[in-house]
Amino acid sequence: MLHLILFLAFGAVCVAGAINLLVQRHPINGALSLVAVMGSLAVEYLLLGAEFVAAVQVIVYAGAIMVLFVFVIMLLNAGVEEQTKGSRVALLFGVPGMLLGSILIGWVLLAKGGDASVPVGAMPGAPKVIGWLLFHDFLLPFEVTSILVLIAIMGAVVLASHPDADQGKKES
Amino acid sequence: MVPVSYYLVLSGILFACGVTGFLIKRNIISIFMSIELMLNGVNLSFVAFAAQWHALSGQVFVFFVMVVAAAEAAVGLAIIISVYRTRDTLNVDQVDLLKL
Repeated sequence: MLHLILFLAFGAVCVAGAINLLVQRHPINGALSLVAVMGSLAVEYLLLGAEFVAAVQVIVYAGAIMVLFVFVIMLLNAGVEEQTKGSRVALLFGVPGMLLGSILIGWVLLAKGGDASVPVGAMPGAPKVIGWLLFHDFLLPFEVTSILVLIAIMGAVVLASHPDADQGKKES
Repeated sequence: MVPVSYYLVLSGILFACGVTGFLIKRNIISIFMSIELMLNGVNLSFVAFAAQWHALSGQVFVFFVMVVAAAEAAVGLAIIISVYRTRDTLNVDQVDLLKL
């Protein structure tokens, strides 16, 4: 019962934040509601027993990535976005189609999804176990991601550096 | 005890919100945040399935998705900065040419 109450409370925060992201016109409000979504998702991970993933979610997603987003929004002084007209066909067919599809998927999941669940307090995803998996079974993907991150760092530095900075140095 | 299907429905709702935001938003940063929302929805379904099958590989994959998302955020925001520097706009309707 406690599990269900926690799930519903933080799930409601998740969905409210996601809808707020859609409704808000200013990017900074969207970014802050996305932080709320990520924080409550971390609680959902804890309910599923994923201790390590919950910690990483808070540190990497809600911490690092969203700070980067807020930093860029502040840096570029992003204002209220102007909206363009959507097509009428999308409104006529898209919305009923999406409703139908989501009802179908929800029905299939809820009716035939099984009732597997983890008890509150059971933590199968402890950092020790995840670390063992990461450095034994998934060692090659782990090393590949390190190369990916290295390339991403270099790409970000090259892309964000001022184009005139190098030329100015050469000329002077 | 909460069935795993509840978590899957929640992750579906988050993913659908992300897709909707991706389609209706016009600010390039908001579009990027919608992509992050979609990634979060997928992560939740990964963890839910890991709990259902008692397989921790799902949680390791969430870790990899987070690494890729972090790399993507760094490079994407650098691209956004460089687009803003050359065009002085964040509206994607005005960024419709590959060439300046």
